[in-house]
Amino acid sequence: MVQLGRWAVMNVTGRRCIYLGMLLAVTVPMIWRISFKEHPTPMVRDIFATIEKLPKNARVLFVCDFDPASAAETRPMEDAFARHLCLRGVGLYCLTLWPTGPIEIDRTIRDVIALEFPSYRYGQNFVNLGYMSGNEAVVAVALTNFKKAFSTDVHNISTHDASRLPMMVPIEDLASFDLIVDVSAGYPGLNEWIPYGAIPAGVPIVGGSVAVGSPEIFPYIPEQCGGILVGVKGAAEYEQLLLEQYPQLDRPECRIALERMGPQTVAHLMIIGLILLGNGIHLWRRHKEAAA
Amino acid sequence: MSLVAAVPRGIVLVVAIVLIVAMFVPPLEPLREEFSLFFNIIAAFAFVLGGASLIGRHARKIRRRASGYGYSVVCIGAFGITLAAGLLKLGNPTGIGGDVTARGSVFAWIVRYVFGPADSGLFALLAFFIASAAFRAFRVRNRESTIMLVTAFLLLLGRTFLGGLVTSWLPDRLEAFELPNVIPWIMSVPLKAGSRAILIGVAVGAIATSLRIILGIDRPYRGEGK
Repeated sequence: MVQLGRWAVMNVTGRRCIYLGMLLAVTVPMIWRISFKEHPTPMVRDIFATIEKLPKNARVLFVCDFDPASAAETRPMEDAFARHLCLRGVGLYCLTLWPTGPIEIDRTIRDVIALEFPSYRYGQNFVNLGYMSGNEAVVAVALTNFKKAFSTDVHNISTHDASRLPMMVPIEDLASFDLIVDVSAGYPGLNEWIPYGAIPAGVPIVGGSVAVGSPEIFPYIPEQCGGILVGVKGAAEYEQLLLEQYPQLDRPECRIALERMGPQTVAHLMIIGLILLGNGIHLWRRHKEAAA
Repeated sequence: MSLVAAVPRGIVLVVAIVLIVAMFVPPLEPLREEFSLFFNIIAAFAFVLGGASLIGRHARKIRRRASGYGYSVVCIGAFGITLAAGLLKLGNPTGIGGDVTARGSVFAWIVRYVFGPADSGLFALLAFFIASAAFRAFRVRNRESTIMLVTAFLLLLGRTFLGGLVTSWLPDRLEAFELPNVIPWIMSVPLKAGSRAILIGVAVGAIATSLRIILGIDRPYRGEGK
């Protein structure tokens, strides 16, 4: 009984020490702004090359399927993609299948497109089509009749209104787009856009996914999906490529994921240490029990 | 068969057949689009049902003064304020016809300064639980758990700057065994194979389930099988 009590106390104390360790592992690199140079993987280079190859005025469907819970991983991807696409001068058609998505699109439009690319005009260079309920059914309708799925933008302007939304004129179906870029954090997301949208329409698709959701997308790579940015690391690698190609972007707001890699790396190292320590104790205890 | 049972069954049968046939008969495409639009509209009504269910559940808890009913009061209050801000577009600079998330609106403020931080904060707590679980539960118990542990260990290490350093001493002829090269192999061969197997299995399962629903063997739309 005495031993059990001691173990219980050790368990509670141990858990508190782990929590405190994790707090320090995340906050110290944040305060000291510890970051590391990223070496982009071939998949991230492929995604970058896909966007780099887009002609000026290409039409890109920009989908933001995530919520604030996953924003720590997905926002840097969304911003990096938006920045790169605007630098290429392509037309952006923003939409979301998540009810919490419109606020994320608004933020990107306000903080990236409007602020960094003042020449981008609403209705001519980018349009915000907002949220539509129905998950994959929306994709199925957009596949053959895009304006039926999205009949108005977020300002209630009809997508048939050629005077106010001239960039919607050439859009008939999903095949009207040159590329789909989807930053997704779960359902509905890339796993719906790839089989129900990109494959039947024959439109290339790339995107980003939270790290835990990425294994679901890997079966589609590289044939059906050009590649995905996986978690903060994928976003950081993409930012690194952007900085190498466009040195004028060397500003704090363009290095968000690179800065977040510091705390994540230290936290990962701590978890590795805990796995080793936990297994060391486990094996030592097993050895002692066997000896007894 | 009663009318109550026959009508939903008939709707399911007709819609399913039209949707399947429309995939192969292009002239039926507009019909498929209409049915899919109906689905989108019905999906929007799910929000109304969800809201009603939330209010009903918490109102019952408040009425009975059940344990923790104070949280229910907060929940209904927050729901009511957010709903009013969104429906009436309070503070919206472009008025009632404008974008619900327009800058300056009360709804946008709630999402940005209340919902967003609360949602992110809850998700961030995972880091602490994962760290604790890594220490307490991720153990070498048998062959399968050892394979999983070694794979997870390599992937975690490979996603840090140490990943490149620990195997950089390997000679050029063993370059394939360097961690930065092992990680893509794990992701593109065993992981992809496993994921594809699961994906194909799920697809076959979905076909079987759909057939059971179309043929009326399973009737989830009538609340059966709960």
